Amino acid sequence: MLRLPRRPSTLAFLLLASLGTACLLIFALSGQSTAAQQQKLLATQALVAKLGLTDLALFTESRYTRHPTQADLHSALQDHPGAFDHFPTGSLLPPPALLTESHAESRLAVAGKTASPD
Amino acid sequence: MIELSNIKKAFNQGKPNEYWALNGIDLTLEAGKVTAFRGPSGSGKTTLLTLVGCLSRPTSGRVRFRGEDISGLPERFLTEIRRQSFGFIFQQLNLIKGLSALENVILPGFPTGRPRAELVASASQLFAQLKLEHRLHAKVEWLSGGEQQRVAIARALINNPQVIIADEPTANLDTALSREFMAILESFTAAGKTVLLTSHDPLVVESSAVHRVVGIRDGKLTDD
Amino acid sequence: MPNLASPWLEKQRHLIDFTLASLGRRKTKNLGLLVAYALLVFVLASLALFTNALRTEATFVLAGSPEVILQRMVAGRHDLIPPGYLDKIGRIRGVQKKEGRLWGYYYDPVVNANYTFMARPAEEVASGTIMVGATLARARGLAAGNVISFRSYSGKLFAFKVASALSPDSELLSADLVLLSEADFRAFFEYPAGHYTDIALSVANPLEVRNIAAKLAEALPDSRPILREEVLRTYQSVFDWREGIVLTVLSGAILAFVILAWEKASGLSAEEKREIGILKAIGWETGDVIRMKLWEGLLISLTAFLLGFVGAYIHVFHFGAPIFEPVLKGWAVLYPRFTLVPAVDGLQIATLFFFTVFPYTAAVLVPIWRAAITDPDAVMR
Repeated sequence: MLRLPRRPSTLAFLLLASLGTACLLIFALSGQSTAAQQQKLLATQALVAKLGLTDLALFTESRYTRHPTQADLHSALQDHPGAFDHFPTGSLLPPPALLTESHAESRLAVAGKTASPD
Repeated sequence: MIELSNIKKAFNQGKPNEYWALNGIDLTLEAGKVTAFRGPSGSGKTTLLTLVGCLSRPTSGRVRFRGEDISGLPERFLTEIRRQSFGFIFQQLNLIKGLSALENVILPGFPTGRPRAELVASASQLFAQLKLEHRLHAKVEWLSGGEQQRVAIARALINNPQVIIADEPTANLDTALSREFMAILESFTAAGKTVLLTSHDPLVVESSAVHRVVGIRDGKLTDD
Repeated sequence: MPNLASPWLEKQRHLIDFTLASLGRRKTKNLGLLVAYALLVFVLASLALFTNALRTEATFVLAGSPEVILQRMVAGRHDLIPPGYLDKIGRIRGVQKKEGRLWGYYYDPVVNANYTFMARPAEEVASGTIMVGATLARARGLAAGNVISFRSYSGKLFAFKVASALSPDSELLSADLVLLSEADFRAFFEYPAGHYTDIALSVANPLEVRNIAAKLAEALPDSRPILREEVLRTYQSVFDWREGIVLTVLSGAILAFVILAWEKASGLSAEEKREIGILKAIGWETGDVIRMKLWEGLLISLTAFLLGFVGAYIHVFHFGAPIFEPVLKGWAVLYPRFTLVPAVDGLQIATLFFFTVFPYTAAVLVPIWRAAITDPDAVMR
């Protein structure tokens, strides 16, 4: 009896089908957190409200990377005469939004808030 | 079955190296017979075969196959006729390296959409006829010269064509294998197929299997 | 097995069989190509998934932030809120609560880390005790009941008992926090009495926040109000693709990909041309050859994309994106442990798909176009 080798296209289809299914599952489950995850998020949100936190504690290198929303415009030599910047986090964080928005957009600027960046 | 009327073929037309391979060929080929074309290199034998087998088109003149004018057909139709009615055995065999003998043989069947099982069955049958069953899955580059040629023959037959065209089929074979090839040729005609071939080899040209020898020189027919 | 497939379907399967067998002839090279391609997608997709999930989570949890934080500026630099400042705010309508906050930074030479000290009311933290963030607790090996000393900036040593560690679930927000009583805070930092770091205001009506901020700016010209929406906007633009490291990684990946595609598109070898000639000579149409190559491009790019994407998903949401950790950590000592909630931005992924699958497939098709339309009689020669 002749031996029929496994057809390459069948194998390819199987591989792609399984990967495709995994992909579809990912999209289907996206955004749906489990009950436990939901609870954790709500607890964290409550902590934020209680303590009045304003920033993620991702970048604890320096003051302006620790609280980017509260900081001055990023300026070189802020922490130390020899410290130009904190790399790479310094390049990941843009200056806070309020310091970079155009003044034409900002009603606050019109209302007399300090117009120049600090 | 195949009629050629005033066939001319030029290469590099209009350029300084323009070359007329065929200079007015009129020929009628009968069905079910073996016709051998004999002539020196550069005489236009191979070009003639390609024209007859729908691999290229004449610069001027007409080719009629089963009464139908095929010289002016668009590529798709030409390819379909070629696929259905012609089987080619090239001088260099032109097998695809890295693939097995089986995979090479069933390749011409792919565009037809025939199920793979059917193609493999046909191929296996051919391999049995050509005594190659044990080499079904071997890579073609590992086969001997004779085995490779038989794979090329099987490939030419997979779509069960009416016409077999072979260009210098025994050029790379020894005497024993050449005789074997001629025997296979005889089985073709027994099955009603038409065979066209070119050869320098007296073993082929003077063989009893060949019904008609056509001489060709400088793009024109000589004797018959 | 009965054959239910149409001839067209069967033909496509044949073409795929051939193209796979063809690729299989140079297994290592093509596998390497697939792996490189998949890795590229993996890095890009990991970046996209990670940043999107982080942004989503930040937006959600920071929705609990105070509506307005008021800072005071002196000669363009941050300064403390002096006594009486709170009263100057007076009674602006819409302000539900105003509270002076006390917080600051402390550098711990033992582990070379920066902590954030925050004062809390007495009912939360008793004097002499502290609550610490989970990352900090891990870094200093602290548990409830342990005692830890800090040397203040004035040189004095202060000992505190750890009342508890904050939940690891909120590590992303509270990694480096040290919560202590107001009295302890003032004593530790020698904070002038009656002064605060900044003021947190809560506003009932979110539509009124800007107006209130405007009024505050009027009433207190040396102040700098920071709105919650501005806080959230900062985190929307974190990891922006136009900035710094992300742009570098992106450019590097795109360049690598262009090189990959270029290598594919830069023409056929003589052997490949010959093979196409053979295929045509044995009865394949131009369309068949092109379709076969199209399958090659599609199969490789689809497989690479799916592998890279699924791998990226697992990398980010099951393993916490360890390849980005060194980048995010930088010179920091404390890095929070966190797993993000899966959040996939369909548009981003669709863009990634479009920009990886189509260029590669095109790159595979371009060089064979010429060869595919040539007459097969050249094979005979």
